[in-house]
Amino acid sequence: MALLTLAMVLASGCGRSDDDAGVGGGGGAEAAPGITDTSIKLGGSYPFSGPASAYASIASGAKARFAAENAKGGIDGRKIEFLALDDGYEPQRAVTNARRLVEQEKVFALFNTLGTPNNLAIWDYANQQKVPHVYVATGASAWGADIAKHPYTTGWQPDYVSEAKGYAEFLKKEKPKAKVAVLYQNDGFGKDLLGGFEKAVEGSDIQIVARESYEVTDPTITSQMRKLGASGGDTFLNITTPKFSAQAIAAVAKSDWKPLHILNNVGASKKLVLEPVGLENAKDIVSMTYFKDPEDPQWADDPAMQEYKAGMKEHEPKADPLEAFCAYGWTAASTMIEALKAMKEPTREALMDAVRNMDIEIPMLLPGVKVTTTPDDGFPIQATQIMKFNGENWELQGEVIEAGT
Amino acid sequence: MKRAAWAGVLVLAVLLPFFFSSYRVSQFTLVLAYAVAALGLNLLVGYSGQISLGHGAFFALGAYTTAILVAKSGWPHLATIPVAAAICFAAGFAVGIPALRLHGLYLALVTLGLAVATPQLIKRFDGLTGGTQGLSAPPPAVPGFLDFLAADQWIYLLNLVVAVLMFVLAAGIVRGKVGRALVAVRDNQIAARTFGVDLARYKTRAFALSAAYAGVGGAMFAISIGFVAPESFGLALSFSFLAAIVVGGLATVSGAIFGALFIEFVPVYAADVNEALAAVIYGGVLIVFMYVLPTGVVGLLRRLGARVRPRKGEGGEHAGTRFERGTADAGDGAGERVRAKR
Repeated sequence: MALLTLAMVLASGCGRSDDDAGVGGGGGAEAAPGITDTSIKLGGSYPFSGPASAYASIASGAKARFAAENAKGGIDGRKIEFLALDDGYEPQRAVTNARRLVEQEKVFALFNTLGTPNNLAIWDYANQQKVPHVYVATGASAWGADIAKHPYTTGWQPDYVSEAKGYAEFLKKEKPKAKVAVLYQNDGFGKDLLGGFEKAVEGSDIQIVARESYEVTDPTITSQMRKLGASGGDTFLNITTPKFSAQAIAAVAKSDWKPLHILNNVGASKKLVLEPVGLENAKDIVSMTYFKDPEDPQWADDPAMQEYKAGMKEHEPKADPLEAFCAYGWTAASTMIEALKAMKEPTREALMDAVRNMDIEIPMLLPGVKVTTTPDDGFPIQATQIMKFNGENWELQGEVIEAGT
Repeated sequence: MKRAAWAGVLVLAVLLPFFFSSYRVSQFTLVLAYAVAALGLNLLVGYSGQISLGHGAFFALGAYTTAILVAKSGWPHLATIPVAAAICFAAGFAVGIPALRLHGLYLALVTLGLAVATPQLIKRFDGLTGGTQGLSAPPPAVPGFLDFLAADQWIYLLNLVVAVLMFVLAAGIVRGKVGRALVAVRDNQIAARTFGVDLARYKTRAFALSAAYAGVGGAMFAISIGFVAPESFGLALSFSFLAAIVVGGLATVSGAIFGALFIEFVPVYAADVNEALAAVIYGGVLIVFMYVLPTGVVGLLRRLGARVRPRKGEGGEHAGTRFERGTADAGDGAGERVRAKR
């Protein structure tokens, strides 16, 4: 009996109803899965639990932004439904989440999934299924560099290489003969940024005089800092994650080494890094940014900032609108909304078309920082602006630096 | 009767991918990988009475062996499984030697160290492992003569074949001389030695065998996900294997399947209830489970079976006889308590 059933099932091919062969819609105006005349379903995977759960605020920011758009009537009458699943920052759970979102929840697109390894784990799948996998929340340069093989994937924030170019341009202008001592985290993130910087200063008079690395698991970086201090460098490029950013700032403050201190954006949080070490120790540190910092008083009267804070309060009252991660999620969601608005027909291909041909300003991005893509340029945001800490707040410096092309 | 039940389960398992969505099938594929690893841990903890909090390390070793051989040397996926098993067998043997001198908490700590070190070690050897970026090893393609299968169905069935082999092998081991010797080592070392059981030999081999199972589980994991990264092999993984064998039923072969279902599905549903409280809910379910089913799912099934057919419920596995005797072991103590209530 059982064998008979087996034979029957095998004979009929796969007997399941949800075969996703037709996914993607064949070019015509026929709507793709996850999009109707009244709704658009998006999905993302975030670490709501586990060691990286601080990033969960990004999902809150995005949810609030979509809710605010829905309250205004949605996009051409379509309300956005955003499903954020927990992966605990474990790549295999990101994979099952992506499958669930695509096959079971039938989302129109994957939006803003967080973490470099988690996105690397799902990008082959998303591209095989021809599901847009857009505005991923990671700064790796791979997302924009490999659009030929992964046409459905795109990053969002300035990648680490663009960030490094921003610092190099700043130095070429302000300190063209800088001798740079570098501290970097020995992993994909640190090497991406350092590599970008090395390439960007090639052919200039800027020299890298010392490179010291540390492991994320190291307890301290005391010996690295001592070596860098003795290297004769007059500029310190600090490529670190928050815990080590704070240690490095403290080490410089205690020593008699007084370099020009460039701190990467990952470690530039006032709340997480600068306040714990003492704001006076952070004076004159240079970093970069690309979106409006909700803690910065200069944006207090900015309409975009006010809309953001009101939207957060109304739709995600439990989240802290002063957290930069919330603003990040909000701004990424704004970009998604613009892409959906620009979509010519309700298909996944049309969405990718819109994502790949963008040239717009997003209100929560810094003035002059635009989202620009072309079919050959897979990096949406590449402009950055240098900021300097004045002892109380980050102050924007000079012009926006365009790192693209 | 029992044979018929197993045959029924097998037929269901083969049919399963044809009735579930590809997302569900990929979850069941992972369940198979976890089940093989949990089975290995159960051989060690349940049968030989040693403890390991570090089986995630062997799981990772197996997964990376497969991923590296496939991605860097272009090996066929299935051929990497014996290699993963052999490497993990050797690693398990090496860990098993200090285990001879260490008992209980001390052994737990040594193996805990393994679990803690695993993600960092993977990151250190980033030339080989891809470090934090992970390593992508595309899943096996469906062979031409089976082209009516979807990719996820093919991978599931592939894993199913491996899992069935591993389960049949384990059932044979625990039923035979080796299994009896292991149980003797667990229950009374002096008596075991008196009967001529070489304690050192059986303990280290149990460790090695158990590690090899974890390695095969890891290899299956790498094949089904197609991607390995250090974040997948944290401390939590080792603990979930431990949870799996206790939830499923210590010293049972079939318990590993229930345990694996538990560790794959409960966290997902917990996150659906409330994503901010997912970990709390998972922990709560685990606690409730232990209160309600102290002998695990298999223990419950056996009690139910014994009720339906009084005096005929000897399971055929050693745990069956074990519950009647009731040693000072935690699992047994709990079993005793439940019986007393009845």
